[in-house]
This record gives sequence, C-alpha cells and structure tokens, in this order.
Amino acid sequence: MAPRALDYESLNENVKKVQYAVRGELYLRASELQKEGKKIIFTNVGNPHALGQKPLTFPRQVVALCQAPFLLDDPNVGLLFPADAIARAKHYLSLTTGGLGAYSDSRGLPGIRKEVAEFIGRRDGYPSDPELIFLTDGASKGVMQMLNTIIRGEGDGVLVPVPQYPLYSAAIALFGGSLVPYHLEETANWGLDVNDLRQSVSRARANGITVRAMVIINPGNPTGQCLSEANLKEILYFCYQENLVLLGDEVYQQNVYQDERPFISARKVLMNMGPPISRELQLVSFHTVSKGYWGECGQRGGYFEMTNIPPKSVDEIYKVASVSLSPNVPAQIFMGLMVNPPKPGDISYDLYVRESKGILESLRRRAKIMTDGFNSCRNVVCNFTEGAMYSFPQIRLPPRAIQAAKQAGKVPDVFYCLKLLEATGISTVPGSGFGQKEGVFHLRTTILPAEEDMPEIMVSFKKFNDEFMEQYEDHRGYSRM
Amino acid sequence: MRRFAAERAKDLIRSQSLQRQNRRRYCLLSPLFPLSSRSQSRFLSSASAPDPPPAMGSPPVTLDTINPKVLKCEYAVRGEIVSIAQRLQQELKENPGSHPFDEILYCNIGNPQSLGQQPITFFREVLALCDHPSILDKSETQGLFSADAIERAWQILDQIPGRATGAYSHSQGIKGLRDAIAAGIEARDGFPADPNDIFLTDGASPAVHMMMQLLTRSESDGILCPIPQYPLYSASIALHGGTLVPYYLDEEAGWGLEMSELQKQLDSARSKGITVRALVVINPGNPTGQVLAEENQQQIVEFCKKEGLVLLADEVYQENIYVPDKQFHSFKKIAHSMGYGDNDISLVSFQSVSKGYYGECGKRGGYMEVTGFSADVREQIYKVASVNLCSNITGQILASLVMNPPKVGDESYESYREERDGILSSLARRAKILENAFNSLEGITCNRAEGAMYLFPRIDLPQKAIKAAEAVKTAPDAFYCRRLLDATGIVVVAGSGFGQVPGTWHFRCTILPQEDKIPAVVSRLTEFHKKFMDEFRD
Repeated sequence: MAPRALDYESLNENVKKVQYAVRGELYLRASELQKEGKKIIFTNVGNPHALGQKPLTFPRQVVALCQAPFLLDDPNVGLLFPADAIARAKHYLSLTTGGLGAYSDSRGLPGIRKEVAEFIGRRDGYPSDPELIFLTDGASKGVMQMLNTIIRGEGDGVLVPVPQYPLYSAAIALFGGSLVPYHLEETANWGLDVNDLRQSVSRARANGITVRAMVIINPGNPTGQCLSEANLKEILYFCYQENLVLLGDEVYQQNVYQDERPFISARKVLMNMGPPISRELQLVSFHTVSKGYWGECGQRGGYFEMTNIPPKSVDEIYKVASVSLSPNVPAQIFMGLMVNPPKPGDISYDLYVRESKGILESLRRRAKIMTDGFNSCRNVVCNFTEGAMYSFPQIRLPPRAIQAAKQAGKVPDVFYCLKLLEATGISTVPGSGFGQKEGVFHLRTTILPAEEDMPEIMVSFKKFNDEFMEQYEDHRGYSRM
Repeated sequence: MRRFAAERAKDLIRSQSLQRQNRRRYCLLSPLFPLSSRSQSRFLSSASAPDPPPAMGSPPVTLDTINPKVLKCEYAVRGEIVSIAQRLQQELKENPGSHPFDEILYCNIGNPQSLGQQPITFFREVLALCDHPSILDKSETQGLFSADAIERAWQILDQIPGRATGAYSHSQGIKGLRDAIAAGIEARDGFPADPNDIFLTDGASPAVHMMMQLLTRSESDGILCPIPQYPLYSASIALHGGTLVPYYLDEEAGWGLEMSELQKQLDSARSKGITVRALVVINPGNPTGQVLAEENQQQIVEFCKKEGLVLLADEVYQENIYVPDKQFHSFKKIAHSMGYGDNDISLVSFQSVSKGYYGECGKRGGYMEVTGFSADVREQIYKVASVNLCSNITGQILASLVMNPPKVGDESYESYREERDGILSSLARRAKILENAFNSLEGITCNRAEGAMYLFPRIDLPQKAIKAAEAVKTAPDAFYCRRLLDATGIVVVAGSGFGQVPGTWHFRCTILPQEDKIPAVVSRLTEFHKKFMDEFRD
C-alpha cells in the first residue's frame, strides 16, 4: 500500500502539540466505561444542563417561536406561549433579514450587538460601541480569532495564568506561538503577583520572545478566584507598561459566590483609570451564554468586545470573521435575551427571577459543600470556589503513589483520577491538564452535579480518597523504597 | 539587549519620552495599596520602585504588528462592494429617492432565506420542539404541530442524554444524529457510512479550516484548487500559511475539469519544490455551477490515489441540480464503485445545511465525512475538534433532518415534497431565465448553471472601459460591478474574487432573488448594460 496522503508524520506539527485535557484521556476512559454500563458522573467540563440543570423557560419559548414563525400566526399560540415571549420573538425576527435561516452580518445582527452594548453600558457605567462587538459561535471561537490575529510565529509570547483553562495553551500551540506562564499562588487564594508577572516577562524576553498579550480569566478557571479592583488596576497598568493587549476572559462574570469581591469588568476598571491609559491600553473582553445561570453550552453563543483597537485592525478582524460568514443566529438571540432579560412588570419576570435565583443560590451552596467536602478528606486541601463552576482541590499524593503512577506509565494526578473514575464513576480532569507547580497535584471537578446528589458524591469521593491514601501512605513505619 | 528596527527608532524615542511622562504622572495620582490578609496581590507600590523600562514599538493589535497571514487573506463575497452597498442601503433608508433604485438587491452571497425563500416547515417544527421540549407533554402542542414532527422531536431528544439540548455534546456531534446521517449517506450512495467518520461542525466552513490546518505545515505545502473557486479555500490556505496551487476549469467546455490541466499544475508545483497535499473539488461547482460527469469523477479518484493526494470534496450543493442530463454522485460512492476503500484513497466530503432546498445558512450546520485516514490521524482530528467542545446543537439536529427528511407515508411528506420541489423547480427556472438574460447582453457569454446557486457570466470589456477602470485604480470587473450597483442597486461580486484566466473578466451573480423580482432584475440589468456599452464601446 502506498504511503497515505496524510499520515501522522506529515501532519501539521502544531496540531500534534495541542493538548486539551478537558476532553482528553480521562474523558475518553470515562466514555468507554459508560458504554460498558458503568454509571459515570461527568464533572470534567462546565456543562450544567448535562447534569440536570434545566434551561430557563423564557429564552427557550422565544427561540422556539423564532424557529417556527408560522406559530405566531396561529390563533392558539397564546395557549402555549406567554404574550411577552411572543412579543420578544417578533422583536428578534424583525432584527433579521429573513429570519433564523439567513446568514447575518458577519459580526452578528446589528440589533443584538446594540443590546449587548447597552448591557455593557448599564453594567459598567461607560458607553460601549456596538461596532466593536463581534458575536461568535461561542467565546472559544472569539479567543481563537484574537490569538490568531496576534500570534505571528513562535517568537510571539502570550502570558497565560497557571493553572489555566487549556483552550489558551491549545490555541497558542495551534497558532505556533509561545506560552509564557505566570503563576497564581495557591496559598494566597490563587492570587496574582505582579512581581511574578514581571519575572515571567523578563525570562521570556531573555529567551528572545516578544510578549504580545496577557490572558486573565476572571472569575478564574479552574481556580475560581475573583480579581479585586485593585488587582485589575495593577494588571491593566502592567499591560500598559509592557505594551501588551489584555485578553479578559469574563465568561463566568455571573458566577460569583462570595460578597467581598463582586465581579468588576476589566473595561470598567480601565475606564475608571482615565486617560491616557483608558484611551490607549488595548483590551479584548469575552463573554458567553454557556455559563452564568444560563448554562446554554450547546447553543454556542458568545461575543468579544474590543477597546482601543484601531479601525484598520478591526477591519482585518472583520475580514477574517467574514470568511466564516456569520455566527449562528439562534445563539445570537440567546445572547440578546441574556443581556436583556425580562424586566419587572413583564409577564415572565417572576418565573425568570425564580429560576435564575434558584440556580445561582444552589451553585453558591454547592461551591461550599464541595470545598468543605474536599477539605474533610485526607491529604486534600481545597481553596474556596469564589466564582466560576469548578473546584480545584490539591491532592497530596504520597511518594509511593507517585512511584506507582510512574510504573503504570502515568502522570501522578492522571493515575489518581483514573483510579477515582474506576472506583466511583466520578470523571474529573487531572490538574496537569491545567498546569500546576512542579510536584504539586490537583484535579478539577465541577460544582454542577445536582444539589441532592452532592452529599453522596462527596461521600463516595472521601471513601475512595481515604482508602487510596491508606493504601499508599507509609504509616506503618516500613522503610520507603 | 533590545533590538529595534532602525526606522522605528525615531518614533520609539518620541513615544518613550511621552510614555515616561504619562507613567510618572500616573504613579503619583493613583497609589495602589495591598489589601488585607486575604489579599490576592502582593504588589510592591509603584511609587517606591523605579520606573520600569518603557514598552517598545506599536501596540500589539495594529496593522504592522498583527499576524501577516491575516493581512494576506481575502474574501470577496463580503468584500468592499458589500460595504458600499450597505452604505447605499442606509442612504436610501434615510433619504428615499436619493438613488435611481428603490432597494439594494444582494446577489453577492448564497443566502436564500435573506431573499425571501421560506424554510421547510417540517424542519422548523422539529427544531422548535427541540428548543422547547417542555411543551411536548402538553395537549395544546398537538394542535400546533404535525404529529410526525412531534414524533421526530421525541426521537431526537431521546438520543440526547437527559434531553439536554443546551449541553455540550460529544465533540463529533450527538451519536444518534450521526447514526441518522450515516444512514442518510448510505441511502444516498448505496454504500455504508460509519457514524464515527462524521464530524458535525458549525457549517461546512469550519470543517474546511480544520482540514487546511491539519494539512499545512509550511508555505511549501500546496493545495490544488479550481480556478474559479469559492474563496473560502484561498482564504483558508492563506490563513494557515500554505500555498494555493491553481488548476483552471475550462470555460469553453462548460467549466469542465481537464485531467491534463490537473497533471500539468501538479507537476509544475512539484518542480518548484511544493509538496502538494490535497485536491479541492467543488461539485456542483461554485461559482461555476458545473456538475462533474461520472467519468470525470473516476479520473479524479484515480489521480488522487496515484499522486497521493487527499481528496477534499466540497459537496454542499449536492441537492442543487437543475439539468436532467446530470446527476450528483458523491465521490465516496464513485470510489467505492471503483472497488476502492479506506486503504486506497483519503477522502473528505463536506456537506452543509445552508444550501440545497433548505437554505438554513443562519443555523450554521454541516459535517465532514472523513474516510481513508489512519487511526492516529483521526485521533488528531478529534483532538482539534474537542478544543471547541462541540458544534451548535440546532445545527446538528438540522443536519440529521436534511440527511433524513420525511419519507413517503409520513404525515408531513406531501407538504414537505411540495415545498422542496417548489423551491428546486423555481431555482431551476431562475437559473435559466438569468442565464438567457446574460447571454442576450452585448459582449457577455454565460455558461448554464447546471447546479449550485450562481451564474458566472464572462464580459468582454471594451478597452475604453478597461482604461477607465485603471484610471481609478480598480480592476475592470470590479469597475463594472460598482457601476452596476450604483445604477441598479444590484450587488454582484467581481470575478477576481474567485479567480479567472488572466485577461478575462467575470462576475458572480446568485440566482436567489424571488421569482417575482426576476423580471425587474433582468430589465434593470439589461438597461444598465446597454448604457454602459454605449458609454465605453470602442
């Protein structure tokens, strides 16, 4: 047989370098086990509806009506749909040219971008320009677009937090750039240290890397920490000094579980700082319909907002967006509804508030249940989940466990997580998928399993963990190998 | 030591001193204090530390600092003429009567529903029910939706874990939906399809990008593309840093594909040190509309097998065929009929929900069927797909409906068939009317549109017109298109956006305006063209 046209050897090297643990080895093993009939609890990805969270009623009503506009002509439509959903569906259809089945403007429907701009204006107290807002098929596509615009080659570096959400490392690898890590300090609640930032940049520059951009994830993923206004100021100032564009991943802005540090957008802080920085510092902010209390991951809806990006660059970014024609229109409508939800007095308002509050309050409770649950386990230390959707406990693996992992040909936390999976069906992502300090191990799980299932899950975890530690700890005084 | 380009030194020195001034001012005005013990910042007050060295060069996201591949990429379908048209449209809105036409007619893009084509009712019923499954239990729903739509929605929802249409699915797409698509492919081709070969994507375009990404290692990697082509291919190749290797379709032979031309271009590229990785074939063609003859397809399969090329078969227009003497055959079917299988040829077939008779562009639904690749390559494809988690669920559901529409005997079959045939026969009529119209114009010849959604007429522009175009630094075909827009409000795309034999001029016009608008389109076009020729005739 002749050599294949495309074999592993002749693949783009950058593709081979890509790692994305969230759907990597653990997930694939979990899927295999599920096929064999084992009950699996998938806590590997922030996918609320997959774990029983119900979609909010109002947006589903509106989008269903938009999908099938002939329903609006039916005299009985009011039997199934409230009047405000009907009105809103008509409103969104009027923003389109041809309904949900036509490509929209490559940046997204102007009417919806206007709603997003108004939302940002209300949230931050500073006006936002719809022309600088691009809707995308999920925030991830927007992140990829921006990184592809910035990265010219391996000489270009992007500052990424460690631990990070591995979209960033994957995208940087794919586009042939260099990842410049900066560390979040676990003992300081995953805090950010500007000195560490400076050192990372110096080291990179000493290696001939031009550092171009800095990524912040606020609230953090996998760590959950919420940045304070002071922190954001430092970061913005730092980027300004170092001539970096700040990429603000703010997809978890609705997921905040403590009151000391509410969400404040990077843009608001920047505008508060006033000129010249507010007029010069380049910032791109990302948001999504996948997280928050909406959890509409499957719609693939997101946007990015550009600040201080010159018009000609915006044109180039538009040009690349136009090659993919347009983001999907149903998700654009979800985005419009998210930034413009039912208001007091609307028929659907009470239900909407009840559903939303229910979800958020439950997430807050689950964040605590999980943190406390992990902290009650042997050799496990867990920072509180201040925000986002994850818990990232540190697992202090005994030396014999690490040895066993080596013998099995596995990275230690992968070894632990595989054992956890086989014993309990809990499918997590090993901390090595996100980055961590050498010799320190974690796993990431979500706080998304249903509240009523949580106690059992934590009991199951504790049983496995404590038995694992029992097995591998050298507590009977035998000499270590 | 920092190094900077000599020509930037002056600017840097100027901007450095400015920045230093500003920064000093900033440090004094806004002290930053560390917070309490729960603080996340251990920031040393900037007032006490010396000023760090100032930043170098232009800001990161400016024209001279962004990825040059982005600058290189072009996409005429939504290029300059469209922006101008949007401006004119706005002017008309604010000031009716300000132009010699009442409306802008976008004939630049294959976007049927934006020009009045209606969606297929059954598909929309199923999608609406999947979007809002809680109404499936209600008795009122029976009155608003057809029974088989309700049944199909249940079927689909049962294939989605937890009936959660808002959850990320498997990165290749929901398994049950892939099963349905594989069954549809098998029914179409008569050969089995494996659901594990299918990757559902947000439209066919992202799938094309994925393949280009896998195939392109450097500028020395080339992809054979038809000229004229749909500029997604040229744009994608530019974005991924590869080289486009053109092969010319023969206008005189109805835009036919000549094997000798393919071989010639391949050999020429190789002699220049290009490793040619793949062959793109668009069938039915865009912008040209030709449908390949079976024999031609067999030759192409042999060619790819012999030369070790991946065959990238863009088959998104497979349901748009307007002539009785041609039929769509998928390349997979052709290869299998020749006795070839996974060990003989690497083949990727792209399909979309945007075209056909369904025209659901805004949903962004599509898939690629990937066959003839080794397991480790497939793992890599899966890995890249997984970084984006999954494609949108609505698009996935729609793809399964398109490949598995109502059948004879289903409650909705008759109305579905009527809608489908109505659209397809109308498209065929419009294709013919516009083809004849173009052929009746002085200096214009137009091949028939055997399929797809476009006409690609050729204009023999008089020398006078060419000179006038050069005088305003515009390509002659773009000059003609601009004049057409200004006089009639009709938006078409200049042939240079698709590629053409140098010295020939074309434009691409869709056949999509609704049938009742076609007479007006024809008369406006005819009137404009006559005036244009009167002005520029040599």
